[in-house]
Amino acid sequence: MKKVKTKVDHSNAVISIRGLKKSFEDYAVLRGIDLDLYQGENLVVLGRSGTGKSVLIKIISGLLKPDEGEITVLGHNLAHITEEQLQELRIRIGFSFQNSALYDSMTVRKNLEFPLVRNRKGITRKEINTSVETVLEAVGLSHTINQMPAELSGGQRKRIGIARTLILNPEIMLYDEPTAGLDPITCIEINDLINEVQQRYNTSSIIITHDLTCAKQTGDRISMLLDGQFQRTGTFDEVFNTTDDRVKPFFDYNFIQ
Amino acid sequence: MDTAESTTPVLKKNSKFKQSAINFFTDLYKINQFILRFFREAFVAPFELKEIMRQCFEVGVRSFTLITVTGFIVGVIFTKQSRPSLSEFGATSWLPSLVSIAIMRALAPLVTALIASGKVGSSIGAELGSMRVTEQIDAMEVSGTKPFKFLVCTRVLATTLTIPILATYTGFIAIVGGFLNVYQNEGTSWSTFIQQVFEPLTFIDFVASLIKSIVFGFTIGIVGCYQGYNSTKGTEGVGKAANGAVVTAMFLVFIEEVIIVQITSWFR
Repeated sequence: MKKVKTKVDHSNAVISIRGLKKSFEDYAVLRGIDLDLYQGENLVVLGRSGTGKSVLIKIISGLLKPDEGEITVLGHNLAHITEEQLQELRIRIGFSFQNSALYDSMTVRKNLEFPLVRNRKGITRKEINTSVETVLEAVGLSHTINQMPAELSGGQRKRIGIARTLILNPEIMLYDEPTAGLDPITCIEINDLINEVQQRYNTSSIIITHDLTCAKQTGDRISMLLDGQFQRTGTFDEVFNTTDDRVKPFFDYNFIQ
Repeated sequence: MDTAESTTPVLKKNSKFKQSAINFFTDLYKINQFILRFFREAFVAPFELKEIMRQCFEVGVRSFTLITVTGFIVGVIFTKQSRPSLSEFGATSWLPSLVSIAIMRALAPLVTALIASGKVGSSIGAELGSMRVTEQIDAMEVSGTKPFKFLVCTRVLATTLTIPILATYTGFIAIVGGFLNVYQNEGTSWSTFIQQVFEPLTFIDFVASLIKSIVFGFTIGIVGCYQGYNSTKGTEGVGKAANGAVVTAMFLVFIEEVIIVQITSWFR
């Protein structure tokens, strides 16, 4: 499925990051990140393994604390919000994990119900069932409702992971390596799903990947993360055709569809 | 030159010791924070009653068979081993009293706690450890749910509530084991045996045994959860969490046993 040109509101940054730094012991992973994610946009963060891409979205979702820098998400400065406000904010952010992170001991239905029943007080059983069926239909896996995560394929697990985030109608989606470990056909299906989610749920997304096909098919804008900083940002073609010697090797060694 | 070279290993040893001491106190601080967090979150709504009940059932089922077998064997062996000493003084009629005091005051809570440390503690450590390394706990966190409450509070409450019940059951089974041995050798009837079992026991014995089981249950739950919830470094971390849960819980159970025995002896 070809990516439909989306309407991006450049006057409305849903995520704004300035001067973000993060180190683990003596190793500086992020060395001054500036980033804006606009309403309705799919921003792809490209980079080699270990460059801090996942760390970036974990900081945005409040799973990790930054050493320095200012992060504003949906108008909330993460440095100045209470634990309760962070909980509220997290409901508005969907996080799709690299390994799906489905709850092993629960069926697909229970996985999907889990965030819903805990965040929507007073929700009825009928409403829960409708929400579960709607998101499962959105990811094309209605038939897996009573299966355990162990019975699903890698691609199915990714889809259910995305469905679990969609059930709370998030405004922002964070995808951590959505196509890692999948075969090429399933990769394309996941890329299509990411675009479909953007259209159907009107989400703004950050997609962390090192897969150029995924970047090309899903990204409205690409940022290349290298040595803890964004070295190049632009459309896929702009970044791909760069003459920057630090960025170019990444593209030269990858097959592009 | 010689002096500098000879002092280097000493300095290294000192800095290693210093680092170990820092790590020890850091861990102690973290454990305290973990326990305080439990008390802050466990008794605030929503209470996750369904999950607590499920965990209670899990704890009970996981240990039931082993506790039945071990409790019975402890009763039989303890009675059998005590007989020669008592028979030297012609006091085998005191066997039921001796068995009941030993089982109720010490053996039932201790044996139950040790078995639960192995079965339940390791299982909690491994389960939460595996959830941590596969990012399931992070997934709960980012979806606005409270994983600490759902995973830790429920398990700790379940072990705290269930271990006393299991300890009571162990005591009963051990007494049955003791009775069978006494019946086989002395021909004492069940009613006489039971009467002699309860005769020497006081209210303090029951209360102390109950308190001990509650403390042991809490310890097993909190140690297992702490090890699993804070596990790192992939599958290796899961193994370490499970192992750490068992070793630490058993060690603490013995220390608590000594302290509680000392305290209860002041009230006798």
